[in-house]
Amino acid sequence: MKTVQFREALREAMTEEMRLDQSVLLMGEEVAEYNGAYKVSQGMLDEFGPKRVIDTPIAELGFTGIAVGASMNGLRPIVEFMTWNFAILAADQIINSAAKMLQMSGGQFHCPIVFRGGNGTAGQLGATHSQSFESMYAHVPGLKVVTPSNPYDAKGLLKSAIRDNDPVVFLESEKMYGDKGEIPEGEYLIPIGVADVKQKGTDVTIVSFGKVMKVAFEAAAELAKEGISVEVIDLRSVRPIDYTTVVESIKKTNRCVVLEESWPLASISSEIAYHLQRYAFDHLDAPVMRVTQTDTPFAFSPTLIDEALPNVGRVMEAVKSTLYRG
Amino acid sequence: MAVSTKKKPAKTTRKSTSMKSSKFSKETYIKWYKDMLLIRKFEEKTGQLYIQQKFGGFCHLYIGQEAIVAGTASACIKGDKHMTAYRDHGHPLALGTDPRVLMAELYGRSTGCSKGKGGSMHFFDKEVGFMGGHGIVGAQIAMGAGVGFAEKYNETGNVVCVSMGDGAVRQGALHETFNMAMMWKLPVIFIIENNNYAMGTSVERTTNVVDLSKIGHSYEMPSKSVNGMSPEAVHEAIAEAADRARKGDGPTLLDIKTYRYKGHSMSDPQKYRTKSEVAEWVEQDPITHCSKVIKENKWLSEKEFEAISDWVKNEVKESIEFAENSPYPEGKELYEDVYMDKEYPFIVEY
Ligand SMILES: Cc1ncc(C[n+]2csc(CCOP(=O)(O)OP(=O)(O)O)c2C)c(N)n1
Ligand SMILES: [Mg+2]
Repeated sequence: MKTVQFREALREAMTEEMRLDQSVLLMGEEVAEYNGAYKVSQGMLDEFGPKRVIDTPIAELGFTGIAVGASMNGLRPIVEFMTWNFAILAADQIINSAAKMLQMSGGQFHCPIVFRGGNGTAGQLGATHSQSFESMYAHVPGLKVVTPSNPYDAKGLLKSAIRDNDPVVFLESEKMYGDKGEIPEGEYLIPIGVADVKQKGTDVTIVSFGKVMKVAFEAAAELAKEGISVEVIDLRSVRPIDYTTVVESIKKTNRCVVLEESWPLASISSEIAYHLQRYAFDHLDAPVMRVTQTDTPFAFSPTLIDEALPNVGRVMEAVKSTLYRG
Repeated sequence: MAVSTKKKPAKTTRKSTSMKSSKFSKETYIKWYKDMLLIRKFEEKTGQLYIQQKFGGFCHLYIGQEAIVAGTASACIKGDKHMTAYRDHGHPLALGTDPRVLMAELYGRSTGCSKGKGGSMHFFDKEVGFMGGHGIVGAQIAMGAGVGFAEKYNETGNVVCVSMGDGAVRQGALHETFNMAMMWKLPVIFIIENNNYAMGTSVERTTNVVDLSKIGHSYEMPSKSVNGMSPEAVHEAIAEAADRARKGDGPTLLDIKTYRYKGHSMSDPQKYRTKSEVAEWVEQDPITHCSKVIKENKWLSEKEFEAISDWVKNEVKESIEFAENSPYPEGKELYEDVYMDKEYPFIVEY
């Protein structure tokens, strides 16, 4: 094993896959000469040259469309968005084109493409630069949506995403790129669509994914001090969702709190709660609770950020309420 | 890192015949000088405060580009509207916004121009016609045309100045907008604040057509390049474009060549350019230029210069005091200003 940053894990995944397969390339703003706005692609231009590590103008709709077209015609592009907020300009090509191509063409054309970049809030960046897109993309059939929470998962999942023959939305975080974690020396893959029970427990299950997994771990540690044993599940992908792992856990704990960074309405937490009341109704001893961002656009001021974001206290409260403990 | 074949940005040279026989009045020069100095000092201080972590977020300084907003402000009239991207500290200052509310916004305080909700990238001041402050590259191009659409619809005679970076012109929406703006003869001045870089990417690396004024040609939009280090040149170009717009003859594209002396934001190592390139541009500094003209014409005494400089220092100092003594918004203010509908039923779980 070796310790790497999240950004290095992503870089290793891309680099290894590009060495293996000439049809894989990386495209995006500042990915080449600037070595990536967040240094994920550092050194990749040096290794692969400008044919395969390509700086684009600030033209999200255009370069995403070009990448989607290239993926229909034999290439396997990785498109880096400086952040997913800017990919809204490219949502047409992701949602209208890539997600639908295989079906519309009756199976003739598919889009083996990865869209990746920073997702979610990253400090005081204001409303347009702080959005979490998990549920928005999870809503769209035809896409797969991956939400890694640590360097190990990030590398294994990104390699799978690059090899996947369907379009994959890969949601990272500017706030995670510096996170360190252990990964094996050699190659490994993690299949998309398999949740990971990150911490075993018996009293309550916290289901989460992505950056806020840290909040889940912290809350679980605090609750342990109070004698509450929490099972923590990392979904790792939100399309598909590994419902089985979640239901199996609820059969054991009978209580569930869903934690996510995004807004509450039409969210992953609504989906999990629906699924549990439908398929684990008899196993639930309390209503499914959730902790999300407030139902408001993200704002700049630190006090408003504190109010808006899920935090350890709110998760602990939600967990306790499923145990009917105040 | 890989080193690109860096071409130098085309240098703009000021016609420096006699500065004394200027077309512009003493008052105009003094106003430019004051406006630009205020922006410069406000921004220098902002940079320092950011490094001291007095506030967070992104911080894009306007240092070097002051002549654009100074010349634009002097050429426009009350009622005209202004819009730009996230590099937005200079515009409201030139239009007359109190620096106190801008500093308070940087600090995220409820007394800020956007109540601490927008931050550095989202300054707004309706009072002076400043309609933002937009963080998504290129968003304001179409919106600005829409603001012009409304002015035309209401037959106000006002014009709209929409600024964008040289990087922003690569957004596809620009082309859709230019076409409609020309077809509908919208009273808009599209201003490219061409500092030759979009983060680390020079204009040459994003296009075969490095003369950005040509972008307007396929729409037969009147277009030209302007020396952005000269408030005189900017004023003249804006005045001419505004005149055309007010007469109902539609939009203009101005490729205003300027330079940002500092990095893209506060975390930019600036490996994409040389120190000597920066120095060449600093030599053409518009504030130095204005002070020279004023001195040569003996429009201000040493004492009066000092008084201006003291006034600027004091404005900046008081802005900081105002900001630091202002409260942060309360958590519940998150639910204000989201909908005009005051009864909107938010999901509230905490
Ligand atoms: C749609 C979109 N894509 C990417 C970004 C990230 N970004 C912020 S500023 C910037 C460079 C813009 O350069 P330019 O338009 O030249 O303006 P300047 O910073 O020079 O004023 C980029 C890529 C963004 N904010 N919005
Ligand atoms: Mg620029």
